[in-house]
Amino acid sequence: MPDPSPAIRLRGVVKRYGDVTAVDHLDLTVPDGTCVGLLGPNGAGKSTTIRMLTAQAIADEGEIEVLGHTLPEDSKAARAEMGVVPQLDNLDVTLTVEQNLLVFSYLYRIPRTERRAAIDRALDVANLRDRRGSRVDELSGGMRRRLLIARALVHQPRLVLLDEPTVGLDPQVRQELWALIDRLRTEGASILMSTHYIEEAERLADTVVVVANGQAVAVGRPSDLVAEHAGAEALEVYGPPARLREVEEVAQGHGWPTRRTGTSVTILRAEDLDGDAPEGERRVANLEDVFVLLTGEEIA
Amino acid sequence: MAAPALPSRRTSRGRPRRLDRAALTGVLVREFVNFGSYWRASAFSSTVEPTIYLIAFGFGFGSLVSKVNGLDYVQFVGTGTVATAVLFSSVFPAMFGTFVKYSYQKTYDAILAAPVDTEELVTGEALWIAARAGVFGCVPMLVAIVFGLNPSWGMLLVPFIAFLAGFGWASFGILISAVMKSIDNFSYVTSTVITPLFLVAGTFFPISGLPQWARILANVNPLYHCVQLVRDAVFGFHWLDFWHLGFMIAFGLVAWRLAILRMEKRLIT
Repeated sequence: MPDPSPAIRLRGVVKRYGDVTAVDHLDLTVPDGTCVGLLGPNGAGKSTTIRMLTAQAIADEGEIEVLGHTLPEDSKAARAEMGVVPQLDNLDVTLTVEQNLLVFSYLYRIPRTERRAAIDRALDVANLRDRRGSRVDELSGGMRRRLLIARALVHQPRLVLLDEPTVGLDPQVRQELWALIDRLRTEGASILMSTHYIEEAERLADTVVVVANGQAVAVGRPSDLVAEHAGAEALEVYGPPARLREVEEVAQGHGWPTRRTGTSVTILRAEDLDGDAPEGERRVANLEDVFVLLTGEEIA
Repeated sequence: MAAPALPSRRTSRGRPRRLDRAALTGVLVREFVNFGSYWRASAFSSTVEPTIYLIAFGFGFGSLVSKVNGLDYVQFVGTGTVATAVLFSSVFPAMFGTFVKYSYQKTYDAILAAPVDTEELVTGEALWIAARAGVFGCVPMLVAIVFGLNPSWGMLLVPFIAFLAGFGWASFGILISAVMKSIDNFSYVTSTVITPLFLVAGTFFPISGLPQWARILANVNPLYHCVQLVRDAVFGFHWLDFWHLGFMIAFGLVAWRLAILRMEKRLIT
């Protein structure tokens, strides 16, 4: 049964830029209090979708509702209740950490008497309390990203939009941010997160929406998506290119779904394979298999 | 931390209106806080250049001409360069600053993701630049006092005139930055629009001595009206000042609305 008042609801949303259809009849629901991951390759329409949710892009067709407000008419009311973490760092770099938060405490209309506490709380969330006086251009990349998140949380929004929150960061910093986002989710905020990192979606999202060419090609819990599209096991066959082509032909002949991963061919649903199967390493199927299967690979 | 259990109090204030004060305050606070980190450079460039014009012309021409329109030349040019200071401290920061903020720093993306609309953003930015122009604009006049301009009560109106003119030029600058595809193209506007307007404004020489076409041109130049109004505020008002004031208000309104319109086209896709 669909939640009566989801945090975000998109129905049949279309967004065109000239001849390019960035978002093509997209349906998307973020149930209240859950984290939905928009998983898709670059150019799939994820950022456009996020921009439409703040009315920085206006849909050509379809309906968008955010926190019960109809967009674009009531987007300002919706924006007051949500926080946005952009993909590109747009902090004021000559200001201190605290000044950046102060500015946004005004932009997000926090009453004067609560401002101090709101800034302190945001500093705590992002673990930046001891850097409050540092200028942004003195911070590391990871700290800047944490500050971006803190800035989006300063008014305790009910909904948080994260556009590629860990893109371009090293693995340690990424882990750190995941912990932060996970805590946010545990505390009950609704989250929509776009990403092209499989692991990120797998770890953080209650529901994953796989998008390709502006459309939702699969929706579900990460484990369900794996079971439905990639089965239980995958068989990785390694070898020189000629051998890989051969394996692909054999697989095609048998009607086995495969995907190419650079140095290997992966045969999906390996649990169903019979004796004809080539030699290889068996492993548990993962979301990456689903992703590649649904968003890009020619051989299905 | 009880993050999401949030204040219906804040949302129950009703649907935000257009041009609401909270949004304008937010934009102004951002500028004000940022100003703390660059005010020296900004104050320097906005005031030193007009002052150099004042001194150069004041001494240079001042030794050739003793009186212009019944005024000592230093009085004439000391009041005229107020408009120059207003122009420089509003149109250039508006053009370059706006372009940098939306195109390179993506600052406007962050602001528009908050409950602020383009109309409020543009208005707040123009008001901020106008306020600065209101202050910076007075510098040449103060310098001229040192060189013999007599203080008068009308001078107290000059910051307000400078603010009004600054608002128009700031809006104009924002409009230019919204229309231009690249920051390099700004030089076309500077050379073909701003420099001529700057010269044919009655700042350094009276336009009464110019050929008719140049006089007509001066009359559609908002800067000319600013020069006249400042001069008359200092030396005594004239009924024609209603025309000057009206023209500046009209220029400000048109530039402001156009800036919003074009900026919306630029920022909202």
